[in-house]
Amino acid sequence: MNALLRHLIVLPIIVPLVAGAAMFFLAEARRTARVTLAAASVMTQLAVAVGLLYLTSDAAPYIWPEGVGVYAVGGWPAPFGIVLVVDRLAAVMLTLGAIVALATLVYSVASWDRPGQPFHSLFQFLTMGLNGAFLTGDLFNLFVFFEILLAASYGLLLRGGGAPRLKLSLHYITVNLIASFLFLLGVALIYGVAGTLNMADLSGRAAALLPHDRTLLDAGAALLGIAFLIKAASWPLNFWLPGAYSIALAPVAAVFAMMTKVGIYAVLRLGTLMQEYHTLGAALFYVGLATLVSGTIGMLAAKHLARSVAYSVLVSTGILLATLGLRIEALTAPVLFYLIVSVLTTCTFFMLTGMTDRTRATDPPISPQDRVGEEAEPAYTAYGIKQPSIVAGGEDVGVAIPAAMAFLGMIFVCCVLLVSGLPPLPGFLAKFALLFTVLQSAAAHDAPVSTWVLCAAIVISGFVSVIVLSRIGMRLFWSPAARKTPRLRLLEAMPVAAMVLLCMALTVAAGPVTRYLEHAAHSLHRPDTYIRTVLSRHTHREQSGAPEP
Amino acid sequence: MEIVYALAIGILAGAGVWLLLRPRTFQVLMGLTLFSYAVNLFIFGMGRLALHRAPILEPGAGPVDPSLYADPVPQALVLTAIVIGFATTALFLVVLLALRGLTGTDHVDGREPEA
Repeated sequence: MNALLRHLIVLPIIVPLVAGAAMFFLAEARRTARVTLAAASVMTQLAVAVGLLYLTSDAAPYIWPEGVGVYAVGGWPAPFGIVLVVDRLAAVMLTLGAIVALATLVYSVASWDRPGQPFHSLFQFLTMGLNGAFLTGDLFNLFVFFEILLAASYGLLLRGGGAPRLKLSLHYITVNLIASFLFLLGVALIYGVAGTLNMADLSGRAAALLPHDRTLLDAGAALLGIAFLIKAASWPLNFWLPGAYSIALAPVAAVFAMMTKVGIYAVLRLGTLMQEYHTLGAALFYVGLATLVSGTIGMLAAKHLARSVAYSVLVSTGILLATLGLRIEALTAPVLFYLIVSVLTTCTFFMLTGMTDRTRATDPPISPQDRVGEEAEPAYTAYGIKQPSIVAGGEDVGVAIPAAMAFLGMIFVCCVLLVSGLPPLPGFLAKFALLFTVLQSAAAHDAPVSTWVLCAAIVISGFVSVIVLSRIGMRLFWSPAARKTPRLRLLEAMPVAAMVLLCMALTVAAGPVTRYLEHAAHSLHRPDTYIRTVLSRHTHREQSGAPEP
Repeated sequence: MEIVYALAIGILAGAGVWLLLRPRTFQVLMGLTLFSYAVNLFIFGMGRLALHRAPILEPGAGPVDPSLYADPVPQALVLTAIVIGFATTALFLVVLLALRGLTGTDHVDGREPEA
């Protein structure tokens, strides 16, 4: 049994791969089969992620005593073979990803997955890329999984068609391709100097390098850092994000909520494994602060709900990067808590935009730029398929729920509370924990100015989001003359409500969750265990000779 | 050999970056392609340049001297990078053509800038 449990690590990658590939063999008409397969795959991923969460905790020390599980994919030991590694942080991210995927999948089944490109296959590959990026133990596979999730995201972003969406997709693809090339350059440079791609091995070898090699390694790490920051959408490399996220179909944008956090995860993972890069922390702080400020200003300028939610993604990225940049160890657990809350919030909010958009199906466009999301016809006519009932009316799918506007309003209020960090929802707890820890460490040291700037920026950004979202909310819900009440399907409303309930549960269970995250942060900042466990199985190294550096 | 190789990478990367900054989608595509060539050559070069060295050990040859062999890892990496780069560039080409068809212009913003 224990031996079988060790294989759990590889499932989050295999399951979506097989499910996504199998769907290609199902005819277009067999939608039920495809949806069932997708749902089964995502639920398996969730179950496996929760299982890994349990196994890496102290609750089950008999499988992985140190809380770090290593899986040698080809059976070769660590620095030579490819390994997957799961620790507490990876398990948390996997679970978060699976929750987002499940909610988005249920939501998309309501009508968004109708004809066009193979939605469900791409969706599965996206989750595969996400899971792989969290699990991989070496840099090159991190690149490969990034590419898998990006390739799937290109296809998903293009869904719906229309010139504005194509234009923004083109920008998105270009920026991400360049980021991938930078990533490759960094990886190649690091391999050329250190002779290894395994992150645990690299951490040990970096210390033993000669000074001139060391400079090259730093250059490689800097290139990697830039690539991660582009994926994480940090200023000034984030101008692709608001356009792309606000024009994507609602379920696509909702699952994208997880994607920028992969960049943050990579920064966190490599930043803690290679602890020599203390100096980068300062840069990260200013980059994060700039992202936070630019996101806040963008929110103020946004007129359309989806656009302001997209800018709120930038705000959360900014907060995460800036607080990580302070390099306070006690901050990591609150940062992770904030990351979880912000992903859940953004996901819910994007799903909500898909439903509120329908209320203005009849009213005139606010501005051409804001309306770009709805020109969906060309692609469907190009496929020779009738346009699906994405815009309300048309054929009926599932059960419509009563009191639609009241429901939407309630969810909207919850989302505003979450984004701006007001009590009683966990957005408040997350921001409070961040500010509290920052101030506490500021009191312990000599309270640098940067701390106060950051606190002020976080509070002001919360205040701005209240202003912006109340303005949009008033227009959406309190000016009913030009609006019409949308038909909400149960399948759409359910995951949104479930996400809000999950956030509420997170408020109640904040204690245990924070304790788990503190453990995760603790082991993250003491990477010896991680490195030792990953490399423990390499016994052939002396005999067969290390690869020529 | 190293200097020629480095110059080739530099010229490809420089030309690629210049084209990437151009306003026409086809120029951007060519820029991406050239840049990816530079990146692929760079990865290959990270295995150190050497002549007449096989990347694969011969079986049954007994103890071998690793210095007589080329490093196989960058060659494997560059194959993966080529495949991924090629696939995404192909996707880019499709989007480029679709955008050209829908907007009637090949400007990256989907419309000609006002003079």
